[in-house]
Amino acid sequence: MTDSKKPDLKRRNLMVGAAIGTGALLSMNSVQANERRPGPGSSAVGTRADTESVERLPFGGVVSFTPLHELHGTITPSDLHFERHHGGIPRLDPTQHELVIHGMVAQPLKFTLGDLKRFPSVTRTCFIECSGNYVTRFGNQSTPQITCGLTSQSEWTGVPLATLLHQAGVKDKATWLLAEGGDAPLLSRSIPMAKALDDALVVYAQNGEAIRPEQGYPFRLLLPGWEGNTSVKWLRRIAVSDAPFMTREETSKYTDKLADGNYRQFSFTMDARSIITYPTYPATIEPGMHEIRGLAWSGRGRIIAVEVSTNGGQSWQKATLQGPVLDKAHTRFNLPWRWNGKATEIQSRAIDETGYVQPTLKQLQAVRATTSTNYHFNPIVGWHIKADGSIEMTETG
Amino acid sequence: MRLFTCLLVLAMPILAEDTSRYDLGHEATSEDIANIDIDVMPDGRGLPPGEGTVTNGEAVYQQQCAACHGVSGEGGPNDALVSTPANAGKKTIGSHWPYATTVFDYIRRSMPYDRPGSLSDNDVYALTSYLLYRNQLIARDVTLDADSLHRIEMPARALFVPDDRKGGMPIK
Ligand code: HEC
Repeated sequence: MTDSKKPDLKRRNLMVGAAIGTGALLSMNSVQANERRPGPGSSAVGTRADTESVERLPFGGVVSFTPLHELHGTITPSDLHFERHHGGIPRLDPTQHELVIHGMVAQPLKFTLGDLKRFPSVTRTCFIECSGNYVTRFGNQSTPQITCGLTSQSEWTGVPLATLLHQAGVKDKATWLLAEGGDAPLLSRSIPMAKALDDALVVYAQNGEAIRPEQGYPFRLLLPGWEGNTSVKWLRRIAVSDAPFMTREETSKYTDKLADGNYRQFSFTMDARSIITYPTYPATIEPGMHEIRGLAWSGRGRIIAVEVSTNGGQSWQKATLQGPVLDKAHTRFNLPWRWNGKATEIQSRAIDETGYVQPTLKQLQAVRATTSTNYHFNPIVGWHIKADGSIEMTETG
Repeated sequence: MRLFTCLLVLAMPILAEDTSRYDLGHEATSEDIANIDIDVMPDGRGLPPGEGTVTNGEAVYQQQCAACHGVSGEGGPNDALVSTPANAGKKTIGSHWPYATTVFDYIRRSMPYDRPGSLSDNDVYALTSYLLYRNQLIARDVTLDADSLHRIEMPARALFVPDDRKGGMPIK
């Protein structure tokens, strides 16, 4: 924020005093150095401090990136959760919108938001990440927001999908289901029954209040640890079947090219990733103590370690993980670091409970047969600290 | 053994009550389902009655699709739909779509982008015929319907393999 835009806090308080009638009796020279006035009173809905500004970065109307480098802890404020949609945000009437479950079930059923809220509820914290994360970058002038801001974390509340499927009575031969949204393009994905019965939820609340429209209001599917596209928003229909439906989003899109020329399909799980959120572009730092901070997560379970290098990947040391370390959830890591004022590069790499170690960009490019990037690119990201304290993003070899 | 008895005792009342089913939700009637059940599967399940020719498809395409996808199915502001020598390596229906039924399903549910749901089933069959013809997957005189569409063999089918990542190393 520039100085000219800085609000004059002292003046604002004087004006509030005048507004409630007491100010009129006071002349300016009767104000003592330590004299204070009451601030504004209570309100129905709070706002951010007017000296703070933190925003998503919207792009082309179909995507919006979470400002990871401007946030703390592990929960993403709901209005800063990343967005990705394929036909805009529908405005659905919660009294009319229904979820229909049909196909290979004993009894086809439909549920309104009110019906879903009457089921025993489950609350869990997990990330949702778009498998296109890292594909968009602005070269060395990339922030953690543009590089990695297609991941966000919320505390979600809803009903296990298994409970709803049990109500309808899934037939023995059923192995897949189609999840379909109520947005303009009726986005749809095939989901294996095993995941539906494991930890899938139909959620109607995010961070303690109704889900935001851009996150699927009145309710969405939530598949913890899986690519965000499968957590179908504005859920309107689940068709139970014995085979995948081969929708456009799992054939033309969201498939991964391999070194042998084939394409990997139904690559649902998000592999482990980490990103340093401070110090990074566009910050400039002074020599001395800094806390290297970041986030790490894995779609396969818990993060067991994050290693940080302060010499461009030549040696690594373990960062501290801030507990509780949750399953399939953003985990905060920290490492105190004294910068000696010499140019260097800092990097982080996540290790999850399966023993997977986050790869470099070159390693991924080798197994995915590309010189660029694609879905499911989760490379180590480097931050080049220049001698003048300015910082640039670097890609890892 | 003692632990086992303990667990059994704890589990009994839960089983007896069957709290896993709730008297919630409403029966979805066949009409409720028919109104929204639009998916089409690779074996042709879900394809509606109707048919469409390449010629009809070309007319609808030029009117409703060309502005975004290019007059010849490529070179427009949005995705290229037709494989040509010039766009080799690009993912198009001809080079990258494993099932012909997906073309029908996607156009019917999602296109045209600004007015999805506005096309008749006959128009969707016709557009599917036209796009498959332009990708050299069917002849110009073929008329597609519920019986013939799912029988078309797509060359890209052989490209798709299941996910072999299972966690741990190596990087895949
Ligand atoms: C207003 C612009 C617009 C119009 C008109 C339009 N489309 Fe599209 N089309 C798009 C956009 C944008 C996408 C990509 C949507 C996405 O990725 O979410 C798309 C995607 C597609 C795809 C999938 C491409 C791929 O490789 O995955 C097909 C097939 C398609 N359109 C067919 C049609 C047909 C047939 C029509 C005419 C009935 C049509 N479109 C009209 C904008 C348009």
